[in-house]
Amino acid sequence: MREITFREALNESLRYNLKNDNKVFCWGEDIGVLGGAFGVTAGLYKEFGPERIIDVPISEIAIVGAGIGASMGGLKPVIEIMYIDFTPGCMDMIINQMAKIHYMFGGQVNVPLVLRVVSGAMGYNAAQHSQSFYSFFVHTPGLIVVLPTTPYDAKGLLNTSIRSQNPIIFIENKRTVNIRGEVPEEYYTIPFGKADVKREGSDVTIVATQALVYDALNIADKVQKENISVEVIDPMTVKPLDKETIIESVKKTGRLIIADEGWIYCGLASEISAIVAEEAIDYLDAPIIRVAAPDTPCAFSLPLEDAYIPGEEEIRSALKKVI
Amino acid sequence: MKISNKQKIKMLEEMLKIRIFEERIQELYVQGQIRGSMHLSTGQEAIPVGCCMNLEPEDYVISSHRGHGHILAKGGEYKYMLAELYGKTTGYCKGKGGSMHIACSDIGVLGANGIVGGGICIAAGIGFASKYLKNNKVTIAFFGEGATNTGAFHEGVNFAAVRNSNVVFVIENNQYAISVPRELSDKLMDLSIRAQSYGIPGVTVDGNDILKVYGEVNKAVKRARNGKGPSLVEFKTYRRHGHHAGEPNDGLLYRSKKEMEGWKKKDPIKRLQKELLDKKIIDKKTITMINEKLNIDFENAIKFAEESPLPEKEALFEDVYIKENLK
Repeated sequence: MREITFREALNESLRYNLKNDNKVFCWGEDIGVLGGAFGVTAGLYKEFGPERIIDVPISEIAIVGAGIGASMGGLKPVIEIMYIDFTPGCMDMIINQMAKIHYMFGGQVNVPLVLRVVSGAMGYNAAQHSQSFYSFFVHTPGLIVVLPTTPYDAKGLLNTSIRSQNPIIFIENKRTVNIRGEVPEEYYTIPFGKADVKREGSDVTIVATQALVYDALNIADKVQKENISVEVIDPMTVKPLDKETIIESVKKTGRLIIADEGWIYCGLASEISAIVAEEAIDYLDAPIIRVAAPDTPCAFSLPLEDAYIPGEEEIRSALKKVI
Repeated sequence: MKISNKQKIKMLEEMLKIRIFEERIQELYVQGQIRGSMHLSTGQEAIPVGCCMNLEPEDYVISSHRGHGHILAKGGEYKYMLAELYGKTTGYCKGKGGSMHIACSDIGVLGANGIVGGGICIAAGIGFASKYLKNNKVTIAFFGEGATNTGAFHEGVNFAAVRNSNVVFVIENNQYAISVPRELSDKLMDLSIRAQSYGIPGVTVDGNDILKVYGEVNKAVKRARNGKGPSLVEFKTYRRHGHHAGEPNDGLLYRSKKEMEGWKKKDPIKRLQKELLDKKIIDKKTITMINEKLNIDFENAIKFAEESPLPEKEALFEDVYIKENLK
């Protein structure tokens, strides 16, 4: 099968949906002529024009708020906040409006909005362009939170997100945006709430997200030689979370590592850890280990950024602790 | 602008519909019949009525936390409103929203909002959708003067201006942001001057003169409907009660009796009533009949609300998400 990058897979999904549904449009900062800060919307401005690929003022509250309104007014907005780091400025729109409108109005009004953001640390962007705090959104009832990993996942999950009538936070990751992978040319969707077992194994379960899935798979290859069999589970949507697949795997392996780039306290890794502790503690042969970003901001300087980003090294030392 | 006698009588009826609702809510609240945050709009009735009489049934309204009047003026019914305030399953939002989050999509009310300024950007987006879909629908966004100091106001109005959204932004300047007076909130005489920052028309009007409200919004609605973009209209008015129903001292802690009495003399309903009586467009008997009918409607609404069931606990878990099968 042909291979394309994560970025190209998203672009393909957007192009398909723009072509097939006139109600789909995109807006965001620099998504037009520039094609987006990470190139996801490249070429779409030329193909679909300024009425549907819309560059907007630097107004995150309005980008999300008017996106919500546009979805209530009958459109299918697929909008972009360039970095997840910029969402605190529009948190009212996300937490109080986007997540709650359907609920507090008793189900009368839908908000079929897809909000794309880029998260993760890479490239010396320091404290305000490197964060992965999507657990803020996971914490909030009413939002669906999608964390695609491979180009295949990206295309299928964006198609599903655009088809959904629920409000979606679609998280992209800087470290995976240019990774290549096999992607079918035809349209397909991937259901929400279904984890993907990226590698089967029997000794340790690693639940990993986004770039850390690749790190976990690399480690799994390496420790195979030491006769350690690692199962890698990618939740793909973290809200709703596929608890069953994780718990079934833990029942089989008896060991759990959770690898996620969010901060360690109150993060996604903590939540999955708590779920497994509550529902499957009898099956555990070792403590659950969280591999996550430390409880610090991300710093600029190379060794400090390296120390901040969780990766293969941290997964490796976690493995040593549980085996 | 020419306003027919029939329209003027309708204006009076609609304003009384709001006045009676708000005053009866205050009574019910003090009696402990209803609970929660309820923000009354007594004294401000000319604005929602004058605005909504310019709208078609399929047009939209985005309301604020002080929203009862907007919803009633757009066609909301006492019984479903009251059932919502009683937290009953027959309420507009099945008892999930309450006063601050009433919506009724059937009549184009896409929601009140518990966050000051929370609806401004949303309205900009609904107006964008109407423009995009070329359906000529107009959205009126109502908010208080307090909201004009939020970042959401700046971003939302500018965004709507840039996108030429089919929106009319309506500032209900009732002089107080809870207890904080205008002079502690901004340095402007008229808030409509802020429209200049966004390159859109802005005008300030006496919000207690319904004929002026109607006329000014008529222009703004026409402009929006014709795809010419948003306008900002400020209506000067006064919040008769405290910030919320049942507020201790009903607002007297932070304002003078003299000030309150002064504004009472400018009451929008009395003003229109006087004009209609003076010009013999209506007689006292008819006004009494309108009041009686509304009070009977309200009594029936209380009965409907009281007899309606409270939600089962399971309802807490409903409507968090739309159930869908996206295979």
